[in-house]
Amino acid sequence: MTVPASWYLVLAAVLFGIGAFGVLTRRSALIMFMCIELMLNAVNLTFVTFARTMSDIGGQTTVFFVMVVAAAEVTVGLGIVVAVFRRRESTSVDELSELQG
Amino acid sequence: MFATTYAIPDVLVFAGAALLIITGALGVIVMKNPVHSALSLILALLGVAVAFLAQNADFLAAVEIIVYAGAIVVLFLFVIMFLGVDKSNHPHVEPLVGQRWLAAMGVLVTMAGVITLMASSHWVSGVLSSSTGGVALATGAGNVTQLGDSVFTTYLLSFEATAGLLIIAVVGAVLLARRERPADSDDDVDVTGRVDGGGEEPEGEWWVVNEQTSEEVDS
Repeated sequence: MTVPASWYLVLAAVLFGIGAFGVLTRRSALIMFMCIELMLNAVNLTFVTFARTMSDIGGQTTVFFVMVVAAAEVTVGLGIVVAVFRRRESTSVDELSELQG
Repeated sequence: MFATTYAIPDVLVFAGAALLIITGALGVIVMKNPVHSALSLILALLGVAVAFLAQNADFLAAVEIIVYAGAIVVLFLFVIMFLGVDKSNHPHVEPLVGQRWLAAMGVLVTMAGVITLMASSHWVSGVLSSSTGGVALATGAGNVTQLGDSVFTTYLLSFEATAGLLIIAVVGAVLLARRERPADSDDDVDVTGRVDGGGEEPEGEWWVVNEQTSEEVDS
């Protein structure tokens, strides 16, 4: 018998937790983007696990679209990081505080 | 104990994938150098690809390596090199008091809740979905066939929408990363105008010079 789905689900939960912790604590915008990628991959792993458990290809299709959206998000996000760096000479999110009241 | 319940190769594949994923993910958030973080991200993504392969998602495993490890991480590395590697992460400086502690507590509570929820749930399994025509998930080339059938029939509209999304993302990235000329300091405007006329800009950053050179070549 193959490995039960719950093992992969717990692994995905741990991966999501590590990514969330990184987003909350790291201050470099680039590292935060990488941690968002980790969280997206944790969700992808959950989708694939349920696709296997329920023999439903729809889960894998959803992962396909999540990957497309993630690629678009990284492209625009890194463009924003480059644009911000040109003005501020820094990628630290702590220094981007003009909008506070 | 597991040997009697689960097949040894499957357990080993899971353990390997879990090791890759956890090591890579921890590396992403621990490493000081962004380049090392990006390389750790590749490790985690390879682990996810192994987990995909072990669960009948062959096509997605290939896409994971090609798109994520091959394109997205390279894009990350390109931006890191472009902006210059800054190791200015001061672990001891904490702008928000208790931020790290609160983040750890929040993440732990959420993870414990999710895992408890999963442990107390019973998933429906063994039911064959109508989305695959009542057949089980296939492996290898069959997986590609099933996924292609699904994408190009059931989810055709979403697939077409992703084309528009990618075009918008590319245009947006070009617009964002382009240097805004009116945003320069005021005494630079005349110089910029002269550059548009075909002259050479005496001062400015190197990437600006490259951009204008490529534009001149294009025109």
